[in-house]
Amino acid sequence: MARAVSTRRKLVVTVVAWTVGLLIFFPILWTALTSFKTEAEAIASPPSFLAFDWTLANYAEVQSRSDYFRHFLNSVIISVGSTLIGLLVAVPAAWSMAFVPGRRTKDVLMWMLSTKMLPPVGVLIPIYLLFRDAGLLDSRIGLVIVLTLINLPIIVWMLFTYFREIPAEILEAARMDGADFKSEILHVLLPMAVPGIASTLLLNVILAWNEAFWTLNLSASQSAPLTAFIAGYSSPEGLFYAKLSAASTMAVAPILILGWFSQKQLVRGLTFGAVK
Amino acid sequence: MGEIVLKGVTKSFGAVSVIPPLDLTIANGEFVVFVGPSGCGKSTLLRLIAGLEDVSSGVIEIDGKDATAIPPAHRGLAMVFQSYALYPHMTVRNNIAFPLKMARLDKATIDRKVEAAAGVLNLTPYLDRRPGQLSGGQRQRVAIGRAIVREPAAFLFDEPLSNLDAALRVNMRIEISELHSSLATTMIYVTHDQVEAMTMADKIVVLNAGRIEQVGSPLELYSRPRNRFVAGFIGSPRMNFIDGTAAGEDGAATIGVRPEHLALSTTGGRWCGTVTVSEHLGSDTFVYVQADGVGTLVARAGGEFPVHHGDRVWLTPQPGKLHRFDAEGMAIAGTGQDRAGAAAAVGASNPRGSE
Repeated sequence: MARAVSTRRKLVVTVVAWTVGLLIFFPILWTALTSFKTEAEAIASPPSFLAFDWTLANYAEVQSRSDYFRHFLNSVIISVGSTLIGLLVAVPAAWSMAFVPGRRTKDVLMWMLSTKMLPPVGVLIPIYLLFRDAGLLDSRIGLVIVLTLINLPIIVWMLFTYFREIPAEILEAARMDGADFKSEILHVLLPMAVPGIASTLLLNVILAWNEAFWTLNLSASQSAPLTAFIAGYSSPEGLFYAKLSAASTMAVAPILILGWFSQKQLVRGLTFGAVK
Repeated sequence: MGEIVLKGVTKSFGAVSVIPPLDLTIANGEFVVFVGPSGCGKSTLLRLIAGLEDVSSGVIEIDGKDATAIPPAHRGLAMVFQSYALYPHMTVRNNIAFPLKMARLDKATIDRKVEAAAGVLNLTPYLDRRPGQLSGGQRQRVAIGRAIVREPAAFLFDEPLSNLDAALRVNMRIEISELHSSLATTMIYVTHDQVEAMTMADKIVVLNAGRIEQVGSPLELYSRPRNRFVAGFIGSPRMNFIDGTAAGEDGAATIGVRPEHLALSTTGGRWCGTVTVSEHLGSDTFVYVQADGVGTLVARAGGEFPVHHGDRVWLTPQPGKLHRFDAEGMAIAGTGQDRAGAAAAVGASNPRGSE
């Protein structure tokens, strides 16, 4: 009897999970499908789901009108660069908060997180002016800096959570064994925190890759990443849905593939510490 | 070499004083056990010596040199933790080799020392396993191996056996004692288990609320405790304490007598009472007696002593084994053979079973 109930419950949960999953995935699927339609079919009503003339013309058009690979390269440099610099700063910060907490550590953590609650547009003008005066507008380094700062609180929080799971005695043992601070971090802490660091790295690459507000406002042509590449297809001439979809599909494809291959790592990372 | 001297060492966490000013000298090669109840500051004291905590004031000298400001890595001490604190991502070999790698020894020397340590600790078959694949006892041996390869000035043990089961604990206790005999290196061992303290130590330091209550050899503490706290802490089962009139007869505020020093009789003695529980262990019998006008007393009889719940028995302290304490709980000098003997004589001749 108990088994029958649990099987039914399992079925319901599975159906709900699949429904939610498909709902979330549907816009991406629809975008991908639209990218293979002609512009006329893309805006046809009622829309056709699969029965249309499949074409690669939009992709060819998009690649010939704007250089995909330059934008792609910018996205890689900005997302990976900002994540690596963020990790470099966040590892010692999270170490000190996890292993030598002070009376105000919790406040510092909350304060860092509170910066994420500020609407970015609120600081757009000052940052824009700062960037203009520093000559950082439309530069990759400028975007790396701003995305590092934007995502740093999340990186510190995630690492802090992982580090707190590591028994302090192990680090003390390393100290007793003659390890200096650098060796303690490199030989003991980081290898033990690899799963956490990997998922932090992945999540932040994804966040930086998808970040649109700052990358659109602070870049023009030289440093424009894929977000600007997509935005280029919503132009004053009107919306070209098929081309816009082709651009979007090309922009999200790399991160989707990365996410697909690292999903195990991501899920483990995001639920780390939740289940002992 | 491994002489450790603490001079006026104190430790406070914020406004809370954990260790009031404390002086202690640990001679080279000594096996010293810090013992005391939970929260008495024994682990904190060990961590101060290790350098894992900073002293609030005072000086720690290791081999005559002021080590107070020296970081743990450079004090030349090795520590074995309660949780073993092995590096889970390294094999046993790399765990043991870690301190040697940190000391930048060449690979051949590291290999030789690791093999030697593994041999001594019977870990050779497990060198390529990870800590997660080992039993508790094996893990503890790896932790000890990691400590001995450093050839430290002193070993610090922080309750190293408390995560092991009883049988293993006895074995490891013997192994650590043997290790001390063969290495002749200073060892400081923290435990709350007074049996470990009694069996392993050259010198026991009894701590209570950060204060040293008494320092001495195990038998010294057993036979001449300086105060009521030490008397109660050392010995198992703990000493019986008797206050009030019965103590007054011996000229003390409190008298103490160990269970093994109470003679049991079914015919006569100093205190009469009713047996509440008798534990028959074969080798010993522990008898819990509700003594009239005195309170609960525990007595140990060697071998089998045939009494049961509800039986009336008499208890008499052995001559010279009675401890007297004043109102402050301090032992009264000359705790006396004469007095105790006299009391026993009085008790024997005047059993007050009807009180």
